[in-house]
Amino acid sequence: MDKDSINQVIEGGLLPRRALLKASALGLAGSFVVPVRASQDWMTHAGEPQGEYGQPSPFARLKREQTGGHPLGQAAGSSSTPLQDLNGTITPNSLHFERHHSGIPAIDPARHTLTIFGDVRRQLQFSYEDLLAYPMETHQYFLECSGNSFRNTLNAPLDLTAGSLNGLVSGAEWTGVPLHYLLDEAGIDSAARWVIAEGADAAGMTRSLPMKLALDNVMVALYQNGEPLRPAQGYPMRLFVPGSEGNISVKWLHSLKVQGMPAYTRDETAKYTELLTDGKAEMFSLAMGVKSLITSPSGKMTLNRKGIYEVTGLAWSGAGAIRGVEISADGGVNWEPAALQSDARPMALTRFRLPWRWVGQSSILQSRATDTQGNIQPTRTVALARYSAAGFYHYNGIQSWHISNAGVVKNVYV
Amino acid sequence: MFTYKTFVPRCATTGMVLLALSASAIAQPLLDGHNIKPELGRLVPDYQGTIVSGNGSGLPLGQASVEQGERVFNARCAACHGLDGKLAGNQLAGGIGTLATAQPVKTVGSYWPYAPTLYDYIARAMPYNEEKSLSVDEVYGATAYVLYLNGIVKRSEVVSDSTLADIQMPNRDGFIELQQ
Repeated sequence: MDKDSINQVIEGGLLPRRALLKASALGLAGSFVVPVRASQDWMTHAGEPQGEYGQPSPFARLKREQTGGHPLGQAAGSSSTPLQDLNGTITPNSLHFERHHSGIPAIDPARHTLTIFGDVRRQLQFSYEDLLAYPMETHQYFLECSGNSFRNTLNAPLDLTAGSLNGLVSGAEWTGVPLHYLLDEAGIDSAARWVIAEGADAAGMTRSLPMKLALDNVMVALYQNGEPLRPAQGYPMRLFVPGSEGNISVKWLHSLKVQGMPAYTRDETAKYTELLTDGKAEMFSLAMGVKSLITSPSGKMTLNRKGIYEVTGLAWSGAGAIRGVEISADGGVNWEPAALQSDARPMALTRFRLPWRWVGQSSILQSRATDTQGNIQPTRTVALARYSAAGFYHYNGIQSWHISNAGVVKNVYV
Repeated sequence: MFTYKTFVPRCATTGMVLLALSASAIAQPLLDGHNIKPELGRLVPDYQGTIVSGNGSGLPLGQASVEQGERVFNARCAACHGLDGKLAGNQLAGGIGTLATAQPVKTVGSYWPYAPTLYDYIARAMPYNEEKSLSVDEVYGATAYVLYLNGIVKRSEVVSDSTLADIQMPNRDGFIELQQ
């Protein structure tokens, strides 16, 4: 590929993804001269000694944002991952989103048990130490709150960051005991169709899990990104239901009741159900829809030069792996396929990238994901039409970022 | 049970005896998991749990009248929910007939499909920050009073473990179950 073809600006300035690898070789980023002698003070004396538990650079300024208030107060609220400040597909444990219904319990694992009861041959109780002795599996999965991106269901677009708008999703490597090992040990009755999972927090979060899912890829997770779960993520143990709305991955897992019917708890009837326009509501709508967003450039950023930028973001689907992501720089008229990370995993965050030349003109950047089941991420209008106008769960509409002539990036509705 | 020189082939079932390390075990190191389980669960035949289902299973013995419930509600619930259960943000009552409108009001009366769920939720999660502090009969009382505020039971009624599951909620048939 020669320089002319790199410079060939297709609609809106998006460059074909073949250009992705070649662009740097042409020195588009410019060059600079490194002086021979140390000129920074950190080069001339010993730094801080090694610590017990690492901290990020203070220059990185990483923090979660509190995602709105809650009538009950801060402990029943949520905080969102700063997606715009991260890259790759793993969310650091300190920045994983949180949503609690009555705060974070301080559980001593020596006084915590997991009990399997109900329609089983043998009711069984396990300690944390017991579970550590079981065979485990390790998988990367996304976790997304059912209410993620609820702010984009509001009538007027809010001028916020990608994380504030869409950061109730995170990606991690989860390690734990496959749930079916424990259910097999208890011996489930042939008529049992549901497993009711209960948490040990003050809210006693309780959700009904279909047996079909419970026997598939659900785990009792004990580790997140290699370390024991953080208290905010369910220490010492949580249910993890890949691809499903986050609320059913019950944290601080305390009991599992096996029975023929769902429990119809408050959090699967009054909450986490989706009202339709005719007044009926969908219940047990677990799988999260195919979704993506551009994390850079994104809301509250400013492009301070013309030229080449890497448009990058995340895509995921509760129905399988991501098969493709397309990017538009002209508000959805033309779409160009982005490069995907080579190992796009089922029900995991997938990173996409595409070079883009910004020529200083007003533009609208969007991404649109397709999963391996052929589901295509809908426009905001189509996504909103699925549910009652007041609905805010399971919103997966396309995120649009407007770049002004001055380079200011803002959330807009198209 | 396991020693440093005793391995189980990863394809083995739990019923198989332990096998000494063999050449084939070396050829297939345990890199991608195995299913050999220690079976450490302890029998707890008497465990009851506290999960109450929509059909009333799991409800403990107990009862309360609406009038008894009014005293519980006013003392322990009304600060957040309002004396009439209609305080915005934590509204429990009203809204019947609004679900198909542009501004649906989801409350116990307008939205919840099962009355026993009310018992379950109050017993486990209310009052906020004083969770599990109500007695069984106080939970029945609060349940009865919230149903009364929604016009679902009369002021003279008593609600108990034997009657709660029979109470017809107005939106009982309002849901489409996607996993059935």
